Amino acid sequence: MFSIIAQRLRQKKRTISFPAAAPTLPDRFRGLPELDPGICATCAVSCPPPCILACPAKAMFEENGAMRLDMGRCTFCGSCENACPHGAVRFTQGYSLSARHRDDLILGPGLLPRMEALDTRMRKLFGRSLKLRQVSAGGCNACEADANVLTTVVFDLSRFGIDFVASPRHADGLYITGPVPENMREGLMLTLEALPLPRIIIAVGACAISGGLFADLDTSAKGALPHLEPDLFIPGCPPHPVTALDGMLRLLGRI
Amino acid sequence: MIRALEMKPGTPVPQAEIPALDQEEFGEAMLALAAQDCRIAALFAAPHPLADPAGRLRIWAVMADDAAGTVWVLRSRAIKGQFHSLTSLLPQLHLFEREIAEEWGVLPEGHPWLKPVRFPPPVPGRASVFGPKNEAVGHMDFFRATGSQAHEVAVGPVHAGVIEPGHFRFQCHGEDVLHLEISLGYQHRGVERALPGFPGPRTLALMETLAGDTTMGHGLAYCRAMESLSGTTPCPEAEILRLVMLELERLANHTGDLGALAGDVGFLPTLSFCGRLRGDFLNLSALVCGSRFGRGMVRPGGVGFGLDRERTALLRERLQATLADVEGAIQVLWDSGTSMRRFHDTGVLSREDATALGLVGPAARASGLERDVRHDFPRGWYEHLRFPIPTRDEGDVFARATVRHLEIRQSVNLILNALSALDPDLASDPARLAPRTAASPPLLARDALTVSLEEGWRGEICHVCLTGPDGSIGRYKVVDPSFHNWFGLALALRKGQISDFPLCNKSFNLSYCGHDL
Ligand code: SF4
Ligand code: SF4
Repeated sequence: MFSIIAQRLRQKKRTISFPAAAPTLPDRFRGLPELDPGICATCAVSCPPPCILACPAKAMFEENGAMRLDMGRCTFCGSCENACPHGAVRFTQGYSLSARHRDDLILGPGLLPRMEALDTRMRKLFGRSLKLRQVSAGGCNACEADANVLTTVVFDLSRFGIDFVASPRHADGLYITGPVPENMREGLMLTLEALPLPRIIIAVGACAISGGLFADLDTSAKGALPHLEPDLFIPGCPPHPVTALDGMLRLLGRI
Repeated sequence: MIRALEMKPGTPVPQAEIPALDQEEFGEAMLALAAQDCRIAALFAAPHPLADPAGRLRIWAVMADDAAGTVWVLRSRAIKGQFHSLTSLLPQLHLFEREIAEEWGVLPEGHPWLKPVRFPPPVPGRASVFGPKNEAVGHMDFFRATGSQAHEVAVGPVHAGVIEPGHFRFQCHGEDVLHLEISLGYQHRGVERALPGFPGPRTLALMETLAGDTTMGHGLAYCRAMESLSGTTPCPEAEILRLVMLELERLANHTGDLGALAGDVGFLPTLSFCGRLRGDFLNLSALVCGSRFGRGMVRPGGVGFGLDRERTALLRERLQATLADVEGAIQVLWDSGTSMRRFHDTGVLSREDATALGLVGPAARASGLERDVRHDFPRGWYEHLRFPIPTRDEGDVFARATVRHLEIRQSVNLILNALSALDPDLASDPARLAPRTAASPPLLARDALTVSLEEGWRGEICHVCLTGPDGSIGRYKVVDPSFHNWFGLALALRKGQISDFPLCNKSFNLSYCGHDL
């Protein structure tokens, strides 16, 4: 008993003060990408630019003579940054990446992610208590692991009234990870049906948003969108726990 | 004289040098190898020619000889419609033969337990060997216990926690579990079928996400396969950094699992301490490469990120501080009598069963089997380090937890040891560390075969790459340690209780997506 208390003191208080204070991120963290408007405009018309060739996820593309980076597909691997001979792609420390609409994840020179909170009624319902049922549908266990991390003392998700619950009957929303391959479609839909209305759907990670790396594979795993209408998209591969927490708090209008 | 080719993992061989045997000879050679303590590392089929999916099938086998540090490779001559199952003589092949049957529509004649593995989408023109009953995921003939007192409990695919999906079917008598059958495939993304062709940026990304908690393990196995086939040798600094990252991955997972084991018996202090500490190890990976899971770290020919003097010092300091906290967190668990009563004698897997099933990793070591790829088939910087393999004999949850604890200490030592040999000036030179960019893939030897073995935190990862006449990847076989070990979990639960399941499951903590691919 006393040794446990002594150990508890030794292990110290570890909960971070985010969102009151900015989080500490590793200096090599690859967050919000930035594309240089001037340089990319000239490069976009060369065929094909080195960043596109280096991208594992088909997240970089050219549209009407301008470069676009789709955070809904991006794995944040940084290959495009390395491949660009002009230093026009840069990953910043920006961790606030989430959006309410799929299209808002597509960045370009000067195009930043846009995020808004739920409407007043939904905020009133869920703003102070949001119970989520997590469903992994083909997730590689990295998105899942970092969802679990949110419940540790470091992030202490429940201090915001947000919890992962066991039964979909007890849940206000789904927290979906993975590209939703054929074999998990029914499991996902049955879980969704067991949720009472109204409910919130959150698509987490490149896989759940678009199918990510697996979008062209023959199990037609294209993420949550073909089947559901997510209310929130949290990009990353996997999203940093701070990114996920930030997205959920913004959704609830708490940041 | 065994008709198989003995080779070192990482050395490419021309496919033509691998003996092609008829069915009888193939079976004899496999049994002869097993008789001299070799175990299965990979068994798979590939068409001939590789690029023709309708070509005649051949079966390829890789048997690992832990004592000699070599692997034996053999293949069958073309088979048609069926092949001789060896499972009843060599149970460790059971799932591999089922996999071949499912993937290629050929019947393993005499297989005692022929059922689907992962329910892939049907391939046009290839008939299934399973009946129409077995088409949708989870639909198969489960083993059933009958009798007035017998009952069945079905769990999943969606489980109570934040965890990947899979289905568990318990046959029970009262509270006692007579048998547990595990039916997976829900995570099947079809990765292996997307790998043939010339390796590109996506190939590496798919490897890093085969099992996301084993990014370094699978990423490294792939990069070594590419290096072997293209005759590339990474610089020593890159090898040291790879060791550091592979061990950090082990540290994070072992620590998290010890915490979760404590949580499964309701001992919350260790659960909450280890939850934080696991994240601290992940943050050390992010200190090196910006990603908590090591994404982008390893690449063919080297590594993507270096370590300068300050970063090395910071890594060393934080690693030691984290280890000290982990020791404290685990000590209170060992001191908790009620927790230990639940750990001891729960989920026992005998040495005989572990051997027969070809178990790998900490689960095998906890049943007394001394096997560890880092020790038996050392590559990279492991070749310079000597260390014992921690084992236990009990084969229960306590043994699996203890082995993990010992490995935590050992991993920290390995990292510190390797870092002491690191020259910070060379280790921060990007051109030296990663001579090749993602956009310039290596040229691979033609018509060759190579085998990669790595000790991931769950155990042996085996990748086998067969190249075609144009030097592209013709067939790429991935064996995650979970593929060997899932049946070990099923056996460990026999004669246990359903309430033991979470604890047993966590003590193995196998990968669903690594199995389902
Ligand atoms: S960081 Fe994103 S956009 Fe850039 S190469 Fe990687 S996946 Fe593609
Ligand atoms: S988004 Fe990335 S990390 Fe998340 S499940 Fe998919 S592959 Fe894994």
